[in-house]
Amino acid sequence: MRILFSILSFLFTAALCFVLDTKSVFKLPMGKLLSPQAGIWQNAESFETDFSDQLSFDQLKGKTNVYLDERLVPHVFAEEESDAFFVQGYLHAKFRLWQMDFQTLYAAGRASEVVGDVALNHDREFRRLGLVFAAEKSLVEMENDPISKSACDAYTAGVNQYIASLNYSSLPLEYKLLGYLPEKWTNFKSALLLKHMAYDLTGNDKDFEMTDAKASFSKSDFDLLFPSIQDSLDPIIPKNTLFPTASLQPSLPAFADSIYFDFLKDTIAIPEVEMPDQSNGSNNWAVDSSKTKSKYPILCSDPHLKINTPSVWYEMQMSTPNSNVYGASFPGALGIIIGFNDSCAFGFTNAGRDVKDYYEIKFKDASKSEYWFDSNWVKTSLRIEKINIAGRPALYDTVAYTIFGPVIYDASFSGKNNQVNKNYAVRWSAHDNSNEFKFFYLLNHAQNYNDFQQALPYLKSPGQNCVFACKNGDIAMHVQGAFPAKWKGQGEFVMPGFDSSYMWQGMIPQSENPFQFNPLRGFVSSANQRPADSTYPYFIGSNYPVYRGLYLNRKLSSMNDITTADMMTLQTSNYNVFAEIAIPIVLKNIRVEQLNENERKYFQKLENWRFEYDVNTTAATIFELTWNKLTDTIYNDEYANKPKNTARPYKSTLLDALLSDSSYKFIDNITTTNLETIEDVVTAAFKFASLEANQLEKQNKLSWGKYKDTHVDHLLKLPGFGAEHLKIGGNENCINATKSAHGPSWRMIVNLTPNTDAYGIYPGGQNGNPGSRFYDDGIDNWAQGKYYNLWMMRAEEKNDLRVKWKMVFSNK
Amino acid sequence: MKFITSIILMALLSFSFCIFLPWWSIAIACFLVAICIPQKNWVSFIAGFISLFLLWYGLSFWISFHNGHLLANRISKLILQQENSFLLVLITALIGGIVGGLSALSGSLIRKNFKHA
Repeated sequence: MRILFSILSFLFTAALCFVLDTKSVFKLPMGKLLSPQAGIWQNAESFETDFSDQLSFDQLKGKTNVYLDERLVPHVFAEEESDAFFVQGYLHAKFRLWQMDFQTLYAAGRASEVVGDVALNHDREFRRLGLVFAAEKSLVEMENDPISKSACDAYTAGVNQYIASLNYSSLPLEYKLLGYLPEKWTNFKSALLLKHMAYDLTGNDKDFEMTDAKASFSKSDFDLLFPSIQDSLDPIIPKNTLFPTASLQPSLPAFADSIYFDFLKDTIAIPEVEMPDQSNGSNNWAVDSSKTKSKYPILCSDPHLKINTPSVWYEMQMSTPNSNVYGASFPGALGIIIGFNDSCAFGFTNAGRDVKDYYEIKFKDASKSEYWFDSNWVKTSLRIEKINIAGRPALYDTVAYTIFGPVIYDASFSGKNNQVNKNYAVRWSAHDNSNEFKFFYLLNHAQNYNDFQQALPYLKSPGQNCVFACKNGDIAMHVQGAFPAKWKGQGEFVMPGFDSSYMWQGMIPQSENPFQFNPLRGFVSSANQRPADSTYPYFIGSNYPVYRGLYLNRKLSSMNDITTADMMTLQTSNYNVFAEIAIPIVLKNIRVEQLNENERKYFQKLENWRFEYDVNTTAATIFELTWNKLTDTIYNDEYANKPKNTARPYKSTLLDALLSDSSYKFIDNITTTNLETIEDVVTAAFKFASLEANQLEKQNKLSWGKYKDTHVDHLLKLPGFGAEHLKIGGNENCINATKSAHGPSWRMIVNLTPNTDAYGIYPGGQNGNPGSRFYDDGIDNWAQGKYYNLWMMRAEEKNDLRVKWKMVFSNK
Repeated sequence: MKFITSIILMALLSFSFCIFLPWWSIAIACFLVAICIPQKNWVSFIAGFISLFLLWYGLSFWISFHNGHLLANRISKLILQQENSFLLVLITALIGGIVGGLSALSGSLIRKNFKHA
């Protein structure tokens, strides 16, 4: 009996240990996770943590000192350039390993390995988009270049040295929660991350949605709904600029009118495309010495991305015998992406050009081994993708590669849920060879405009509006990337894949990309708007926002004796030009005599409003509600019987239309016998919005800040790991383009005085560990529009009070 | 006296084991101490429980205190759906205590088998 008891007790204890060590019963291995000496408690970083360290590695050629300042920004001083990249890799890993490792899994379509089949559709989509294929090609190009190869090798070695130093207790928190281990870093993973960035910034295509719009409307209606240029446009390169004639004249395919521009034909079943957040929100500009108080140029850049913790950016200074550069780096990739060196500064906004097109493919049979092309059956190459899935057997997905690119959607996969019975191949500029590492390497070393121009051709994808300013007084803006030269309308819709004349016929030559150098007006600027007006000799599509650009150019034209403080005010401005233009139309067309007391109150708020999207204003919410309702009222009747995802007009289209034509065709509700007028629809929309506003007011949620409710989520959306209910204004049409989960991911202002005077901030913190006080220390200051001084440290300042810790890297 | 001694020994041995071994080595530590120090079964259980409860409570509280409870608040929000660092420390201590107590009990029971055999 006693024996039985002891055996039972022993077994029970062993079983309990097993249960607490695995996910077999609880969702998490609670014992392993909560054990104070190894589990999550080890990630609770003490406020007194000493980050100082002495490290030695065989790979290093010389000595590198890293001074960490009070915000944990490293100032790296390396005797050898390759050591600087090694140390950058080491630091990225030390402070951001989980994030860079997870994002490469995500980019490679391998997320299912970690999170299970919830990510399966994502993984299949990314594999079929050819993201891995693109990264493989980019890797070859990068490794063929000795400069980028040696820099990447050093970086990768640095990451791996840090990974090798880890044990379970020092593992980043997210690995413990998800229960997996970091993989060895490779140059290929860095390439994957850059391709993921390309995806994020070129992914916002509407080809399928537009194809259904084409099928749903007559040509004249379509042209009204999707005009090629907004009336209000103020392009990046100002109007009346003379462009050279195009050296490449793409020719329209024969019979395109009946085959391609076939309005009012059959709609197609739209695959549910995974789409990155519309990243239309970045601003950058530079003013020359004639406009500044310091008599030196000032450059500003604020790229807008999804705002997450750990932040997409890691701030650092890298100083070597042949360069000294400071700014925002991208964990997983080498160099500084947006920043400045001792001579110049650089920043980016997204060019937003359409570089991703779809072709309908006809296969001979289900084997997908041949497709119809130029009156022949042509062989595909088949690539078998093995997708490992946590808790399930692996899935094998066969992807057919055509002359255009991989077949992304077909009967076996069409995105999320719905089925399509057609096959679509994707042609994406990111599939082409490129070496963006070299671009950033050269950019970091640039000492003048000429160096900047030498770097530019290496940036192929994603296309960017690159701003540049130099201490010698030069400023410039280049619209840079590999952009296909298209005939008018090419790639707006899904194209036929049986005819080579629909292929891209070449890339716009580098020298014919729009640019501006030291313009008379004294400034250059971009805010994702159309780069040039209709005189630019190439077709560049129509999906560009206009209003931030309008405001920016208006302000920069009128500003003089500009200081960095003025630039901070501009960069955090909540003024909305869209509202400024739209409000008079709204107010004019509301029938005041039909308003009740409550509605009159809201009407007065709109009347007294100065178009600022501040945290506490209620007028912004009332206006947004009104405009959204008005848009629905005007278009919903026309869209009632159209496929669900049919493209809708851009916000600027309706505003431009109402400005120029008060009897705009779509105002009339086609389901009624009456002829509705603009006054009818605006008054009705306002009355409806007032009801909603009243509800919100009762819940104390009418102020713009509360209504918008900006938050910063952890990359895995873990509750408690982000920041909620931030007190920040702005919206997509303000320079402060902060939406609910998207916004200025790094605000930077650089005054290029002899001793560079620079400011910056991002919504996050230097340490990716959620248990660190440096994890999110920048978020509140960012929301309040504050800036940190960006300290370009000099080696002799090592005893400065701002230096808190010192890491020394050396050879043995 | 044996009671106090075993509590201290279990805590010391558990702490040392965990420097090199996985967390469940606390079970081995308590098991071994209970085999070596003869006590009534329930007393062994209580000793193991108290020893590991206090050890894990002390360690996790100490760590969390020096962290301003930043991490504990996040983790408790995640797994307990409420921001309560104290509760997370308590659960940590209870897990340690239960595993410690049960393994000490097993040790005690097995020791008595050998004695009778």
